[in-house]
Amino acid sequence: MSAYDCVIAARANDRPTSIDYITRIFGDSFFELHGDRRFSDDKAVVGGIAELNGEPITVIGLEKGRNLKERMYRNFGSSHPEGYRKALRLMKQAEKFKRPVICFVDTSGAYCGIGAEERGQGQAIAENLMEMMTLRTPILSIFIGEGGSGGALALAVSDEVWMLENAIYSVISPEGCASILWKDSSKTAEASECLKLTSQDLFKLGVIERIIREPKDVDSKLFDSLKNLIASTFEKKMAIAPEKLIESRYNRFRKF
Amino acid sequence: MNTKDIFNFLKPKNELENQGEFAQNHPYIPEELWVKCPVCKNVILSSDLVDNHKVCTKCNYHFRIAARQRIEMTVDEGTFSETDADMSSKNIIDFPDYTRKLKNAKINSGENESVITGTAKIGGTDTVIAVMNSQFMMGSMGTVTGEKITRAFEYATEHKLPIVIFTVSGGARMQEGIMSLMQMAKTSGAAKLHSDAGLLYITVLTDPTTGGVTASFAMEGDIILAEPHALIGFAGPRVIEQTIRQKLPKDFQSAEFLLEKGFVDAVVQRKDMKQTLAKLLKLHCKAKKEEVNEDERV
Repeated sequence: MSAYDCVIAARANDRPTSIDYITRIFGDSFFELHGDRRFSDDKAVVGGIAELNGEPITVIGLEKGRNLKERMYRNFGSSHPEGYRKALRLMKQAEKFKRPVICFVDTSGAYCGIGAEERGQGQAIAENLMEMMTLRTPILSIFIGEGGSGGALALAVSDEVWMLENAIYSVISPEGCASILWKDSSKTAEASECLKLTSQDLFKLGVIERIIREPKDVDSKLFDSLKNLIASTFEKKMAIAPEKLIESRYNRFRKF
Repeated sequence: MNTKDIFNFLKPKNELENQGEFAQNHPYIPEELWVKCPVCKNVILSSDLVDNHKVCTKCNYHFRIAARQRIEMTVDEGTFSETDADMSSKNIIDFPDYTRKLKNAKINSGENESVITGTAKIGGTDTVIAVMNSQFMMGSMGTVTGEKITRAFEYATEHKLPIVIFTVSGGARMQEGIMSLMQMAKTSGAAKLHSDAGLLYITVLTDPTTGGVTASFAMEGDIILAEPHALIGFAGPRVIEQTIRQKLPKDFQSAEFLLEKGFVDAVVQRKDMKQTLAKLLKLHCKAKKEEVNEDERV
């Protein structure tokens, strides 16, 4: 599979979204929490609390929507500052109640628009990067589709980052890269290669810890094995003292 | 000079530009005597412009200035000591044309990277300082930029010093792919540890500060200052206009706009910048001394 094939697969409309993962992994135990307590409730970010093998967990996901109506409601998974502030509120809550945080990442990027700028898109992302670095509870981020630049990183300053086999993670969209580099946004395939955005490339670069194999047809096996993997990872991470956890998280990013 | 060269004519920005590849392709001309303000089109004598801190005498437009000049204007004379001066970027992900771009950026700016870091005194107070350089690939943040800023924070934390950062950047450096994105997390982490140590961080946002730099250390200062009319934002104005398919209002994303929206503490004229920083540093220096006294009392 070429890098560009990955880009297409990562964006495919029939790909499971964060809500699919949340429903299939946490079932009825998930209770959604809304709002950033500052301005509004951003629909591009879904968050709440759930149970994982009997233990409480904070769940956050960037949600693109599964059909056109949902996609419009979710602003196509592009969050405004409120989405990042909601996510941070829930992370701080997780820290308080000593439960781990899981983030599902799927976004083409943070929203660019008048309101987003007026309300400090840059500041909201920056604050998440800073606060996540010293959050005193384990954080795991799983890239399930698109990981678009700062808007994805704002939910991925984590102890471990995993990627679905055909997910992507990039500093700029291949279209954006092509139009800057060759003044030709149709050279997306070439740009996709150059950016090293596939899970394989990112694993080699040490940016992610694990690649999750994707079965041809997404079945319950994927969710079951992912659930077990998440549970066993958090079991180990919860046993680590917060200071140690923060130190190794800092070192994880310090090496880049 | 043949006709072809007329279209190839560019003003060299500094001595170094007159060497190497640039000199071979472009005819040499000496520094200009007159400069035209890009905003009000007023023609200013170069020496007057320099005397006025490179600010237009007529319309107060703040010309973009090189990092070295900025340092000279800001720190107490003879106190700047540069750190990590020799660090420079490599083409880590074999990105097409990046090696050549880096070489040209070095020639054009006379610097090794898009940021200069070091220690200095401002108004008598010891501080760490980092100044970004728009002449080096539009101040984009590559691995070395992030590393130098991170080291500056770590040095400041270790030596219990405040830090002042002047930002100017088009954002993350696309040519380093995901590695440039990781610099946002790395620098933010270092800023957080510095902050948790109870130390002061002042950012000065200059024209333009956008993208990954805005979404990381630029917006993480305890005190955020900006130069008049500087463009500051996450997404650039053209990207926003393309996304929303409408024209943006005038002065959208200007320093004054951010002040109004509550994201900047103060807009400070260039001529007042040094004394403003000196004052703020001194105020925090005092607080630190009292803290020490309190500890002694216990």
